[in-house]
Amino acid sequence: MSNRVINLLVPVISIILGLIVGAIVMIFSGYDPVTAYIALWNGIFGDAYAIGETIRQISPYILAGLAVAFAFRAGLFNIGVEGQLIVGWFAAAYVGSAFDLPKIIHLPFALIAAALAGALWGLVPGILKAALRVHEVIVTIMMNYIALHVVNALIKTVSGSYKTEKIHETASLRSEFLSNITDYSTLHYGILVALAMVGVMWFLLDKTKTGYELKSVGFNEHASQYAGMNVNRNIVLSMVISGAFAGLAGSMEALGTFGYLANLGGFTGIGFDGIAVALLGANTPLGVIFGASLFGSLKYGAGNMPNEAGVPTEIVSIIIALIIFFVASGYIIRVILNRVNKKKGAK
Amino acid sequence: MEYVIEMLDIRKEFGNFVANDNITLQLKKGEIHALLGENGAGKSTLMNVLFGLYQPEGGEIRVRGEKVAISNPNIANNLGIGMVHQHFMLVENLTVTENIILGNEPKKMGIINIQDAAKKVAEISKLYGLNVDPYAKIADISVGMQQRVEILKTLYRGAEILIFDEPTASLTPQEIDELFIIMKKLIEENKSIILITHKLQEIMDVTDRVTVIRKGQGIGTVITSETNPEELATLMVGRQVIFKTEKGPAFPADEVLHIENLVVEDYRGVSKVKGLNLSVRKGEIVGIAGIDGNGQSELIEAITGLRKVKEGKISINGKDITGKRPREITEIGLGHIPQDRHKHGLVLEFSVGYNAALQSYYHEPYSKKGIMNYKVVSEKAKKIIDTYDVRTQGEHEPARALSGGNQQKLIIGREVERDPDLLIAALPTRGLDVGAIEFIHKRLIEQRDNGKAVLLISFELDEVMNVSDRIAVIYDGQIVDTVNPSETTEQELGLLMAGHQKSEMIVVGDEVVLKEGEDPNVE
Ligand SMILES: Nc1ncnc2c1ncn2[C@@H]1O[C@H](COP(=O)(O)OP(=O)(O)OP(=O)(O)O)[C@@H](O)[C@H]1O
Ligand SMILES: [Mg+2]
Repeated sequence: MSNRVINLLVPVISIILGLIVGAIVMIFSGYDPVTAYIALWNGIFGDAYAIGETIRQISPYILAGLAVAFAFRAGLFNIGVEGQLIVGWFAAAYVGSAFDLPKIIHLPFALIAAALAGALWGLVPGILKAALRVHEVIVTIMMNYIALHVVNALIKTVSGSYKTEKIHETASLRSEFLSNITDYSTLHYGILVALAMVGVMWFLLDKTKTGYELKSVGFNEHASQYAGMNVNRNIVLSMVISGAFAGLAGSMEALGTFGYLANLGGFTGIGFDGIAVALLGANTPLGVIFGASLFGSLKYGAGNMPNEAGVPTEIVSIIIALIIFFVASGYIIRVILNRVNKKKGAK
Repeated sequence: MEYVIEMLDIRKEFGNFVANDNITLQLKKGEIHALLGENGAGKSTLMNVLFGLYQPEGGEIRVRGEKVAISNPNIANNLGIGMVHQHFMLVENLTVTENIILGNEPKKMGIINIQDAAKKVAEISKLYGLNVDPYAKIADISVGMQQRVEILKTLYRGAEILIFDEPTASLTPQEIDELFIIMKKLIEENKSIILITHKLQEIMDVTDRVTVIRKGQGIGTVITSETNPEELATLMVGRQVIFKTEKGPAFPADEVLHIENLVVEDYRGVSKVKGLNLSVRKGEIVGIAGIDGNGQSELIEAITGLRKVKEGKISINGKDITGKRPREITEIGLGHIPQDRHKHGLVLEFSVGYNAALQSYYHEPYSKKGIMNYKVVSEKAKKIIDTYDVRTQGEHEPARALSGGNQQKLIIGREVERDPDLLIAALPTRGLDVGAIEFIHKRLIEQRDNGKAVLLISFELDEVMNVSDRIAVIYDGQIVDTVNPSETTEQELGLLMAGHQKSEMIVVGDEVVLKEGEDPNVE
């Protein structure tokens, strides 16, 4: 087996293992795994509508995953993607509803506002880390709570109700075309924004001088300092860019899926799932697409399991978690495959 | 003939690259057996095969006559094979005993019994004269002591066969002497030892036999008492090696580096450099001789801008660089081969090519308007690989995969290629084979002959005496004396480095000794 085959085989085997263990859980709790999995499949790929909704769900996951992965490549653990996403969501919703501008200006303006808001939320932990060596994990976690409550308060102040006003058509990512070909799903142009950002991250890391520096600092701070790089500037910069990706993830919800932001009772979870997405994708831009696709499809498709197969949502959550668990432990499968490979080679 | 270890026709491949091409090594019971070869010859690889870290593609290993498959280090442990790695594997904030039992803790009803373990550690330590305190924290003990802890670890697990991978590279001369006494003691207790070292004199002094490998191939095994360093060097490199680098007289010109009353503190705020004065001119190599810990590291870090200057002034080419950032100093004309290549010299996860650009990536043509030109970077890397004989599979290989000596050659190539006005070389030949040392020394002298200034810091007296045009002796944070290499002896230098003054010395016959009444042990 060549390395390439192994690279392909690992996620496939992982998913199959996850499905098998999930099936065992269902059998023990008295549900039929076959109908359940058919329901999951239908929920993801069943018809054009399901496919549209699945892709729509994938977009924010891609951006959240990019945010985590980007910081990670620069040696930082950004747990604050959730908060950066929330402020991005609010910023986009506000700009989308408060201004009257032609689409060609309004939509980019709203997107940029979301990215800037996220970047600002990333800037704070970045500066604290660079200037005072406060660990970014602690600060970003706290920034999540601040984001949640500040945004909830802002919604009330700005709109006087529990949700922001609906964004204007000129700021919307909605697409009649995409909606039509997917049987009137809520699929919107956000996926293009997300894919464009995958390209941006790849370009930044692999082509630019800044990317070279960011990776260098991420791998070895001491050697980077010795090489004359400004380690602190790079720390701040990577948190800002990471936050911008996260803010854009929020704009997917504001300008595409919902069109507004309602008072949040708790975290959306997308930002935290972004950590898993990035790790599944080995923190590479292309890998993030894979991780986000897995997360997005399972998240959306699972919604069909209670309806079609009568599996309660609690069990569904367990099964989804199991599949992701096995994919994440793909390392073990890789080791086993290598072993099998060696034995064969030795004979 | 009784062999405890036989490695027969061992073959180890990394992808298409053959690191060990059917090498044979046979270790007799009770001998110290040297494994000699150039950087990248495959010594560490062969030992990692024996220790179960790598699986060989071919060949056979016999332990005490029996064929074995060593698929992981635990099996090696059970077979009585222990390894002291070049880079220690110790947990800094645990004690000696805790480190030793880590992984197979002795338990009584599920509770770790530290006292018993510590007692056993103390016993072994006494038996071999290791002198290790079982309750000391790793972070608080010297490098030499840490190495003894590694030795203890293998003995505690019942090792009969000990592998030492370049144990002397990071030790001071005194620690090296002590290590060899320990090794002799181990042999008296019926252990057998494989020793990797690049220092031929050490091989002559302590080993019984030598196995030589070259570019992954076994060249043969010779009996130490029947050979000499020149023959060993020729066997290993495949050509004659000149030990004393030839060089013409120096023609020092204008001053490049000027240091005045420099005071630098270490990370704890203790002054390590205490009012130091130094000057290096164009066209000369100044060697700093001194025992480790007398302020050398802090001095280099201050010149390169990595550490704050407390008092005093440093200038390069007449420009004041005190308090400037590393990049500004680099731009003024400083090149630096750092002491710790893994921490400062390389980004190990980066490729050889990326590392080759580490000090120049921000200049054209390596990058233009913020966009990297990796094609140019690769070309530059290829040139360094060729000129400096960096043994690698190519510029895309991660620096981590290079052998220790080749990592060093890569750094030296990168710094010398930039042709800096002042080159600081800190322990530039640590871990290098004799051929590579010769090559590096030639390069340093070439820099000098091209009218550049070179500051060499080394713990090896012959290197300092061989290469320098002037030797500045550092003791307790000050340059205590400056001597001419052709007018001094190792003994005189040794006494100066220990803090004695020339006025305390007297020449008796052709030896330099302390005058009566002076205690030679005063540090
Ligand atoms: N994990 C690895 N992957 C690929 N190549 C490797 C790996 N480990 C070692 N090599 C290559 O195998 C060769 C032998 O390396 P090894 O570390 O055994 O050399 P060495 O004789 O110990 O040299 P040195 O004296 O410099 O430590 C080198 O060319 C090195 O680049
Ligand atoms: Mg080695």
